[in-house]
Amino acid sequence: MSEATLDRREVVRALLERRGNLLVVAGLGSSAWDCTAAGDHPLTFPLWGAMGSACMIGLGLALAQPRRRVLVVTGDGEMLMGLGSLATIAVQRPGNLAIVVLDNERYGETGMQKTHTAHGADLAAVALGCGFAKAQIVRGEAQLAGVRSAVHRGKGPLLYQVKVGREPVPLVLPPRDGAHLRHRFREALLGGSAASQ
Amino acid sequence: MRRKTSAPDWPGEIHGVLKSQRVRQISYVPDAGHKRLIELCQGDRGMASVPLTTEEEGIGLAAGAWLGGERAVLLMQSSGVGNCVNALTLAANCGFPLLMLVTMRGEWGEFNPWQVPMGQVTPEVLRLGGVRTLRLDRAEEATDTVSAAAKLAFDGYAAVAVLIAQRLIGTKSFGEQP
Repeated sequence: MSEATLDRREVVRALLERRGNLLVVAGLGSSAWDCTAAGDHPLTFPLWGAMGSACMIGLGLALAQPRRRVLVVTGDGEMLMGLGSLATIAVQRPGNLAIVVLDNERYGETGMQKTHTAHGADLAAVALGCGFAKAQIVRGEAQLAGVRSAVHRGKGPLLYQVKVGREPVPLVLPPRDGAHLRHRFREALLGGSAASQ
Repeated sequence: MRRKTSAPDWPGEIHGVLKSQRVRQISYVPDAGHKRLIELCQGDRGMASVPLTTEEEGIGLAAGAWLGGERAVLLMQSSGVGNCVNALTLAANCGFPLLMLVTMRGEWGEFNPWQVPMGQVTPEVLRLGGVRTLRLDRAEEATDTVSAAAKLAFDGYAAVAVLIAQRLIGTKSFGEQP
């Protein structure tokens, strides 16, 4: 068991404050609530389902928008369901894509059952093994500034497996109408006319 | 394998449709029936070819592409349809366009019994998951059918699969190169 000390809300707030032109995909569950707590934003696409898809949505977005930075914020359970996507992303080598896994070693929405990372599964090692430009486990406050800088400017694909605490946090829910989330994202990114193309 | 020398080059025609429909991201889990189309897309500098580890990755990719203003297509064989079911909520809930080109197994002269169960239920699984299906049975109809499917997907904001008949692809047996 790791000595996780980071607060997930603080981590996400640090990554998303002054977010510039960052495009964000948030994995289902706590990661999406964390992104919403940092400020609901039309260029954040939060998932309420399709578990395991967050990183692939990030890849499609990163390939379509090579001049924008894309950040996927997701949890360890969601990432574990889409492990193969790390291999798929590494083949494409998107320089503008970063993944931050908020790793509390638990399935938070279903009763706090242990995930595989609680038993030592090293997602950063998987990402490196697949060919990511950089991937590491982050355990302390001291590394956070470097993570933020890499997410906003570093050459991807990047993965940071951030060990976070398991303290309960208030529910801060994003809109859950998928059509609304899709439309507001495209309108904010592509403009009103392009959004309906 | 060519069924006859005068048969239309249906993979070439599908590639032409994808180009004219401005499809920029092509994702696939390979199938022998898609071999030539995959090669055409890989050789096309206007398309990003994305090999997948499992088919449902392509549903997420297509959603992300659309968020970013691009069109995607997902190629697979019928056995991969079962892998996609939960991810189809992206199309159903969010109205993401989805274009899938599915080469059929288990429906015409199939030699592998393990392909038959999924092949037989593929159209129903897609229908239950909210995906419209169009059949492509004859090479001559490739352009019309895939064009219609692409318009339904990208202009009609629908999830659409073209089921490419095993009879069209040619049946396969062990030891035979596709």
